[in-house]
Amino acid sequence: MVGTTKYRKLAKTVGFYALVILVMLPTAFVFYWMITLSLKPQVEAAGFPPSFFRFSVTFKGYLYVFAKHPFLLYTWNSLVVATGTTLLGLIVGLPAAYGIAKWRQHKFALAILVARIIPGISYLIPWYILFRNLKMVDTYSALILTHLVVGLPITIWVMVGFFEDIPPDLREAALIDGCTDYGAFWRVALPLVKPGIVATAILAFIFSWNNFLFSVILAGRNTRTLPIAVFNMIGYEEINWAPLAAAATLITLPVILLTLVIQRHIVTGLTFGAVKG
Amino acid sequence: MTHQTAAAPAARERLAESGFGLKFSRFVHRNARYIFPAPAFIVVGVIVVYPVFYTGWMSLQEWYASSLTLPQFIGTANYQKIIAGDPRFREAFFRTLYFTLIAVSVETVLGVSMAILFNREFWGKGLVRTLSILPMMATPTAISLIFVMMYHPTLGVMNYLLTVVGLPAWTWTYSSKTALYAIALVDVWEWTPLIMLIAMAGLAALPKEPYESAKIDGASAFQCFYLITLPLLRPTLVVAILFRAIDALKTFDIIFVMTQGGPSNASETINILLFNQAFSYFNMGYASSMAVALFSIILGVCLVLMKVRRVGW
Repeated sequence: MVGTTKYRKLAKTVGFYALVILVMLPTAFVFYWMITLSLKPQVEAAGFPPSFFRFSVTFKGYLYVFAKHPFLLYTWNSLVVATGTTLLGLIVGLPAAYGIAKWRQHKFALAILVARIIPGISYLIPWYILFRNLKMVDTYSALILTHLVVGLPITIWVMVGFFEDIPPDLREAALIDGCTDYGAFWRVALPLVKPGIVATAILAFIFSWNNFLFSVILAGRNTRTLPIAVFNMIGYEEINWAPLAAAATLITLPVILLTLVIQRHIVTGLTFGAVKG
Repeated sequence: MTHQTAAAPAARERLAESGFGLKFSRFVHRNARYIFPAPAFIVVGVIVVYPVFYTGWMSLQEWYASSLTLPQFIGTANYQKIIAGDPRFREAFFRTLYFTLIAVSVETVLGVSMAILFNREFWGKGLVRTLSILPMMATPTAISLIFVMMYHPTLGVMNYLLTVVGLPAWTWTYSSKTALYAIALVDVWEWTPLIMLIAMAGLAALPKEPYESAKIDGASAFQCFYLITLPLLRPTLVVAILFRAIDALKTFDIIFVMTQGGPSNASETINILLFNQAFSYFNMGYASSMAVALFSIILGVCLVLMKVRRVGW
């Protein structure tokens, strides 16, 4: 009798884990397929039937990407634009987030929601015309300014949460000790939200790194970022799959590593604009 | 004497200076609440507000950015064309809504089911959560590229897997009949985890008491879910659906990379049509009016969903 309940329990656990694996399999498989495809020699990458586990490993796909395309330049461009966007977003966004959190200016949250609803393309048309007239298409400044449209709201949104978590007593103590509002922000609040700043910076960086829509129009020969480079490769390389997968892996890998660092804050970042309560 | 007279104006000057400085610093300190958000306000004004008004104004003009002619004011003619005279826009409109409806409803059903499955303590829960985040953050361009390869009709792994389990091969993004569904599947792959994670947070915050009393009353598991879990989860769920709907209506990257609206316009949503009008034909005025139309559609869907949040099912 005791034995059967034990077996039933075991069967239930096994069944549960089988279900978990089944549910998570598609997610894992796409990443697995991307990485293994990038490591296969061309014959096996586009071979049929596809090989799942047994294949020869080679880095030729990666070498090809760097040899045939200026991939280092694209990577550098992506780094410059994403870093610039992140820094500018922090410089402008941190004080704003502090103000919103301290003086409860929640109407700003509504403004952020509206900015999120507006389709990206409706910004792109005026920018394109403006930057074309100013001869600024294909410059880092144009890309950084436009990427801020996504980066700045995220920065403000996530940081408001962190600033609100600071106990008000600390700020009051600082004010009583003779700090001004600016001193309280700089010497008390900022050091306390350092982990939040790291998380926010990474989020803003990833969103800029992933941006396709703005860069496809405003980046040119000199400032082409990685997503645009990969998009162009699709037509050019056709079924030269190993290098294509290698390029995809190269773009995605930094994002995955950064995501793992800040995974607790991702959902907050993705639902920015949601009015609390 | 001379020493004194020379010093006096300098001192007065210093006093006046500090008077101004004092006034300025007093101003700065009294208005800190406006000065903190001011830079963000200015930046948003330049990069968001100005383009929005410009687009609104441009939507009333006819202008090809490729030509040398100046924009010409044509009133609401662009909007009349959108509403009455452009079958391609009408098709794109219904396609956009259809795509959003399919993708978001599949994501909701799958996401909530997964959240309920994972709503317990088990070994590996952290791993499941970490793995779920990756599709949302991975570069959409790269993911689309991988799906393009997996969807390949003869060499792709998807058709191989279908034939292995005995199903007929599918055409995925390579036929006008299936392209939109194949793209929706990518969206589902990317974004089901968001609904799942939000629903998991919602489930974890539910009170225990209603379930205990329902158990005493002899309610079945299905009744518990339908009569307790779902109504309690509704506010959280509607917010999650709202966010997904906004983004699904605006889907661009995955469609543009995988099909660019094809084959034969079968996956051309408003966003894609509008992008091509603006940057292939440089028909800026007409494209701007479509952008305003798309914004109105998204706003409309938002308002409906927000109403659903307050009113019952």
